[in-house]
Parts: sequence; C-alpha cells; structure tokens
Amino acid sequence: MNALTVHAPVLLVAVPLLGAFATPLIGKLGRRTRDLFVGLIVAVTAALAGLLAANFFASGAAPSVYVLGGRAFNMPLPSGMMVPIRILFEVDGMSAFMTLITALVTLAGAYFSFSYWKERSGGSMYYSLLLLLTAGIFGMELTGDMFNFFVFLEITSIAACGLIGFRVWLRKSQEAGFKVMTLYTLSGLFVLLAIALLYGQHGALNIGFLASQIGSIGASLVDKIALGLLLTGLAMKAGAVPLHMWAPDAYGEAPAPMSAVLVANSQASLYALFRVLFTLFGVGATLSANGWILIVFAMLTIFVGVTMALVQSDIKRLIAYGAVSQIGYMLLGVGVGLVRRASLLAGGAALADKADALDYGFVAMQGGIFHMLNDAACIGLLFLTTGAVIRASGTRDLNKMGGLAHRMKWTTIFFIIGAFALAGIPPFNGFASKFLIYEASFKLSPFLSVIAILSSIMLLAVFVKAFQGAFLGSKTGLSDAGEAPFGMLLPMAVLALVVIAFGLFPGFFVDTIVTPAARALWLGPSEYIGAVLGGG
Amino acid sequence: MGGINSGFGAWNPIAWTLLFLGILIIGFFVRSIGRKDYKRGTDQTQPFLSGNPEPEAAEALHVRGENLYWGMVHGLSGYYQRVRAWHTGILNDYVAWFIGALGLVFVILFWIG
Repeated sequence: MNALTVHAPVLLVAVPLLGAFATPLIGKLGRRTRDLFVGLIVAVTAALAGLLAANFFASGAAPSVYVLGGRAFNMPLPSGMMVPIRILFEVDGMSAFMTLITALVTLAGAYFSFSYWKERSGGSMYYSLLLLLTAGIFGMELTGDMFNFFVFLEITSIAACGLIGFRVWLRKSQEAGFKVMTLYTLSGLFVLLAIALLYGQHGALNIGFLASQIGSIGASLVDKIALGLLLTGLAMKAGAVPLHMWAPDAYGEAPAPMSAVLVANSQASLYALFRVLFTLFGVGATLSANGWILIVFAMLTIFVGVTMALVQSDIKRLIAYGAVSQIGYMLLGVGVGLVRRASLLAGGAALADKADALDYGFVAMQGGIFHMLNDAACIGLLFLTTGAVIRASGTRDLNKMGGLAHRMKWTTIFFIIGAFALAGIPPFNGFASKFLIYEASFKLSPFLSVIAILSSIMLLAVFVKAFQGAFLGSKTGLSDAGEAPFGMLLPMAVLALVVIAFGLFPGFFVDTIVTPAARALWLGPSEYIGAVLGGG
Repeated sequence: MGGINSGFGAWNPIAWTLLFLGILIIGFFVRSIGRKDYKRGTDQTQPFLSGNPEPEAAEALHVRGENLYWGMVHGLSGYYQRVRAWHTGILNDYVAWFIGALGLVFVILFWIG
C-alpha cells in the first residue's frame, strides 16, 4: 500500500496510458472482455487518485516530488547540479485536488459508456482515446516541468479531438472535431512558444526553478510575453469568453459521456492557468493585472454563457453553454483572490495569517476552487442525463421532445438534481461554492456579485426551459422512449449522490480538500520551489 | 461539520434542510385540513385556463422549449443580435477572436501591469 502511495503520481499517468494502447488489442477478445479491462483500468486509476489525495490531505503534507530517471525518485537535483533536469512530477494541495475531479468524472463517463456505446461500433478506439485523454489530464495536473506539460497538453488535445469527431457518420461531429483541432493546435503552439521563451530566458524548464528565477530577478519583458501567451492559450482551452466558441461545438457534438470528460479536460487547462499565475508568476509586478484579466474573462464568460444558453433549442448545446458559464464562476473566485493577494503583498501582510482569518481574497479562492469540483459533478451529471434523454427520444431538439418524465422517472430526478445544483439552488453543492464566491467578490466590488447572482438566476431559467421542453407535457408524441438501462443510471446516481453530499456537508469538504488546495495557490511559489530546490 | 463560514456570513445546509422539511410538513398539514367535499371529475377539479376550454389534443397544452422565454428573448433582441453575430461558426472568426484577446491581454500586462 505504501509503495502504491509513493508511486501513485507516475502510476496515475502510466496505468491509463498503457491501458489506452492495450485496449485495441484486448478488444480483439470481444466486447465484454474489453469493457471489463477498461473498467478495471479506470477503477484502478480512480483508486490511485483517491490514494494520492487521501495520503496528501490526511497528512497535511508539504508538496512532494517524484523524479523519473534518477537514482532516487525523490531527488530532483542530480549531485553537483544547480538546475533540475529530469522528468519530474510534483504533488501539492491543488494538484491532488484536481486528480480527484478527473478520477470522478472519468469513472462516471467510462462506466456510463459501457451501456451507452454498447450497440455502436468502434468501441475499442473510443475507450482507447478516453484512456489517452485521462492519462494526458493527469499528466497536466501532476507534472512539474513546462515541456512535459506541453506534451501532456498535446496528448489531451489529440485525444479530445478524436472523441469530439468520433462519430464520423455525423457531419456536425466532423466539423466540430476539425474546429477544435485547429484551435487546440493554435493554443498549443502559443503555449510552446511561451515555453521556448522561458527556456531561452532562464535555461531551464522546471516550473519550480523557473518560478524561483522569476521571483528573484523579477519578470523581464520576455517573461511577460510568455505570460501573455500562456494566459491566452490556456484561457482558450478552458473555454473562457470570448475564446469559448469551440466549446459548444465540442461539448455538443462529442458523445454525451465524453462531453462530461471534456469538462475535466477544460478544468485541467484552468488548473494550468492558475498554476502559471500563482506559482510560475506568483511573485512580481503584474499580479494585480493578472487578477483583473481573470475577472474580465469571468464576467464575460458568466454573462455570455448564460444568455447564449437561454436561446438554444438543442438540449446538448444548452447544457454546453451552461458549462461555459460555470468556468466564469471559477475564474471570478480565483481572479478576486489574485487581486486581493496582490494588494496584501504590496502592503506587506502575511498571507498565511490572512488565510487563517478568512480574508475575502482567500474565501473567494476557496469558492472558485470548490466550484471546480462541484461543477464537474453537476455538469457531468447533466451531460449523462442528456445522453440518456437523447438516446431515448432520438432527438436533441427541445421543440420535438416532451413528456419524458412519464417514462424516465430516475433520469428526470437526476436531471433536476444536476440542474438545481448548477443553478445554485440550496441545499445542493453549487450553492455552497457560489455562496463563497458571491460574498467574497462583493467585498471587491458589488457589481461583480450582482452580475454573478443575476446570471445564476438566469441559469435556473435556462434549466426550467430544458426541463419543461424535455420532461414535462403529455405522454403522446413520444417515440419508444423508455428509462435508461441500469448501467447508465448507476453512474448518474453516483454523481447525484456526490452533488447531494457536497451540498449537505460543504464544511467537511472545504476543510479537508478545498482549503489545502486554495492555500497551495494563495501562499505563492515558495513551498513549491522548496520541494524541488530545497530550502523553501 | 456541515456548514461553511465565509468570514462575514455563514451557510448551514443541514439547518436549512430541516427548516425546509418543517415547512413542507406544515404545508401538508394545512392541505390535509382543507375541504374534502369537492366532486371529482367535475369542473371543480379541472384546471382553470383563463376561462378557456381545455384543448382536446393533449399536445396542445405543452409549451415547447422554444416558446418558453419568447418574450424575454424578444425584449433583449438588440443584445442577442450582437452576441449571436459573434458566434458565426466560422473558424477564421474564432482565430480572429483569439488573436484579439491576445492583443488585449498584452495591452493590460504591459500598460496597466
């Protein structure tokens, strides 16, 4: 057990990666064997993520490193060298938190797919791409090296494009896959250019080392250009408005369970954005400006996402725009935290004391980070219910649906839970995180809270529309709609339970997993650097 | 364990849920002491549709998703004309937004930051 815990960071990437390449071979043995194999791989990966996070959060540990290719896996600096050169994973509160999100969503998505994709061909490639995407996301969340980050970013891009355009018999699916491929490539190139600039400037790729260099000598012109490229490229992959145009196409055209996993992919980019802003450029003159950039993105994302969702008649695109709007809440929480942190640093205040005293900047970050987990569960649940609805009714058009609640009672209940949670209705989990974001952002500017609350109310209206269109109405006019099979209901039930549990006991989850994640960013790069270079 | 504290406000979902359940029970109690002498299957138990007769075709009673917020969307038509015009679906435009956003980020970073 201890060895598993120690090697969990590398296993979290290696297990799904090996699974991805083995799946087409195992698929030759038949569908049942392949599904069993994929189920096992996903379950083992989720267990590893749980083990890693449980070990980290239970011990209250400082960031730890895992080095590949060295004499010892915990020795980042080869003897006689000042710069870490090896492939390195680094686990802190934020990365451990992110692995939990990825594990939860991929587990639900994969097990839902066993029933959802049962009668369709190409299952081996489908699961292969899913596992590849999972490996890439875990890699992005755990790596401590900029170039490795780019490699994992590209792995997720390739796998995600494959999944979005997987249904090649659908014209729109191919079109969405092509659009996303182009934009992901553009984003990846900008990230690569930024990494090249940082390497040229500092002669290293290790995030901890780069952070120490930028922190000690200050951000140069080249560093700032790299920051701009990283910020825009990662905001695009996260789906922030006005760089969100690909998201409704991608979420809308991907198979429903993969839309849920794509949300985890977007959140991995959001995590990377936060890592860049708090760790890589966590000390310097541009902190306040970075925070305001996030807030501007957040306001646009929240409002445009919700208002565009309101006019959709395609249920999947409606949920997709809802998913876009939620990215805005995460950006708002963390953006407010960044602005406040900049002013505290300028005033010479101790950040740890402010975190303990629940300063509004820290609370905003708790809210934004907690919302990442809540959003993954709610949106994941909504995409799964949407998949069941489309499968049963044979259409995505809300104008052609109706009366599904008569025959899909469980799916209806799960949809209501997901919709209420995402719209921030108490006592579900979305309310808990939005409560923290509203209260904290009000302290910075009431305008931010007003827009966020109004948009949340509009989001409820959006889901009333979807619910009225799909589930209410008479039985007549239905196709042969029936309740989703047990294999699809079970993952939905698990996500619904998560939504309810996080909603009823937010204090427990905030204290155990959210606060360490928020502290890892809030306190800046010193602990992260210390784990690599020593000394803290 | 259940609640959260924002430093200047608090949220306790367990207390809220208990209160909600209490109100629900009171609601059911009030309903249970209501009149029971109505006649089922007569006009007394029919839905009131502004005095109009109930349509025979049950489908006609269902307001379709597209129609639900027609008035609101119509009222915001000026906004929607603009915001929908951004979403052309053309890849070139997506890239143009990306470049534009990059320019804006650089302006903020170099001039304000």
